[in-house]
Amino acid sequence: MSNATPQDAPHDRLIEGLASDLRPVQPLPSPGRRAMIWLGFVILAALVLSLIADLSAFAQRFMASPDMWLAMLGSALTALLAAIAAFRLSLPDSSRAWAWLPLPAVLLWIIASGLGCLRDVVLPGTYVPPLGETMECLAIIVALSVPFSLLMFAMLREAFSLLPGLTATIAGLAVAAASATVLNLFHPFDAAVVDLLVHAFAVALVVVVSRIYGARLWAFPNFSKAA
Amino acid sequence: MERRSRPGPVSPCNRRAASSEQPLKGRDSAPGVGEMGRRNMLAVADATAFIPYSGAPAESMVASHARTGSRRRMATAEQTADDMRRSALMAAAQAGDKTAYQTLLRDCVPLIGAIARRQGVSADQVDDVVQEVLLTIHRARQTYDPGRSFTAWLRVIAERRAIDLLRQSGRRGARELHAPIAFENYPDETADPAGGLHHADDSGRVSRALASLPPRQRQAVQSLVLNEQSLAEASALTRRSKGSLKVNLHRALKSLRGSMEREG
Repeated sequence: MSNATPQDAPHDRLIEGLASDLRPVQPLPSPGRRAMIWLGFVILAALVLSLIADLSAFAQRFMASPDMWLAMLGSALTALLAAIAAFRLSLPDSSRAWAWLPLPAVLLWIIASGLGCLRDVVLPGTYVPPLGETMECLAIIVALSVPFSLLMFAMLREAFSLLPGLTATIAGLAVAAASATVLNLFHPFDAAVVDLLVHAFAVALVVVVSRIYGARLWAFPNFSKAA
Repeated sequence: MERRSRPGPVSPCNRRAASSEQPLKGRDSAPGVGEMGRRNMLAVADATAFIPYSGAPAESMVASHARTGSRRRMATAEQTADDMRRSALMAAAQAGDKTAYQTLLRDCVPLIGAIARRQGVSADQVDDVVQEVLLTIHRARQTYDPGRSFTAWLRVIAERRAIDLLRQSGRRGARELHAPIAFENYPDETADPAGGLHHADDSGRVSRALASLPPRQRQAVQSLVLNEQSLAEASALTRRSKGSLKVNLHRALKSLRGSMEREG
């Protein structure tokens, strides 16, 4: 069974070291199941936050502007698909093509949000929020992203990605999309241009920070670090 | 799109064996494999109707390119048997069987080497790829689904690590110039012809300074400087984090510098 060849000899010490370090491990659940666990936490957080949200205003707002449903559906689908893609990419043998999975939902999210801006331009009576109010959106998205990110990256760390930058970026997208979806509970106005730009900035901020810090999760083993 | 099968405590090999009514006693198993590995391998033998192990996994992969139909079928059967045996060993390793794990890693070495060479890694760098892949298998062993092909899982990891190395070599090649004659002819302006006389004395001072270091700092210097181990390798062998090794090496070098300066 053991095919010891002269080629093996240089690796014997490493193999013995790794074997002595061996601890029993449980195979990870499937990426889909891990994504559902994370989304379950997001939904739980949304339910808790809905207790303090003005749900009647939320319902009225969505009745008045149906395109916001589309935008919310787009962000929710983005969170779902990006989470599945991130957990899939966290496996060392996954294809980088999984990164494209959330693209249709992202497009729906962007287009539906753009419709809100268009209404702002076409209908002169639409309420345009001042910058101060839109900054609350930024604060809410960033604040929600912290617990969502902590759980997401704690779960991702159980796996081992050989595409750390891409995985962290997609994970950041899932976190930002989930935060933007929950934000709708506290969004007292339609999406205007300034508001949309602030949302886009907040989402980009979360994705970039995730990319920078999340990619360090799997720094070992790496040629550049190990050399 | 979710194609990953649900992992469970029983691998397909075991499931198939469990459905077989043949007794497992009396089958030969590989030497040096733990109890769990032996059980899994007996199950593989049941599942594969006693297809003998070829003893050359890398060659069996190459053999898949056999020209005739019968040879191709034989090669495929050997591949399947090899793959199922590796999957069983990995499942045993996930359960903590160290002997099965060592057998698996040794079995992987020629296969990783073959994959690295096929990716275009030069002969002097193949060992680097092998070590990185072995470390990756260790770190990522919980991500392996026993219901899937181990060889396919390993192949993707080995290919990625080989490509990582090629990219890094390419970047280094773009920055550095290989000119051995110019290097040899370049005069060292700081060279001290009498330096050799002080060398023995310096060695003694360094040894004394090393002996005075705390154990962890001495271990970091021993692994990373004297044994010339990579950070990853030293981390795996000493069971200390890379960060801890770096910090201890930094402190050790600072202490050594202070000691040497004090001694003049």
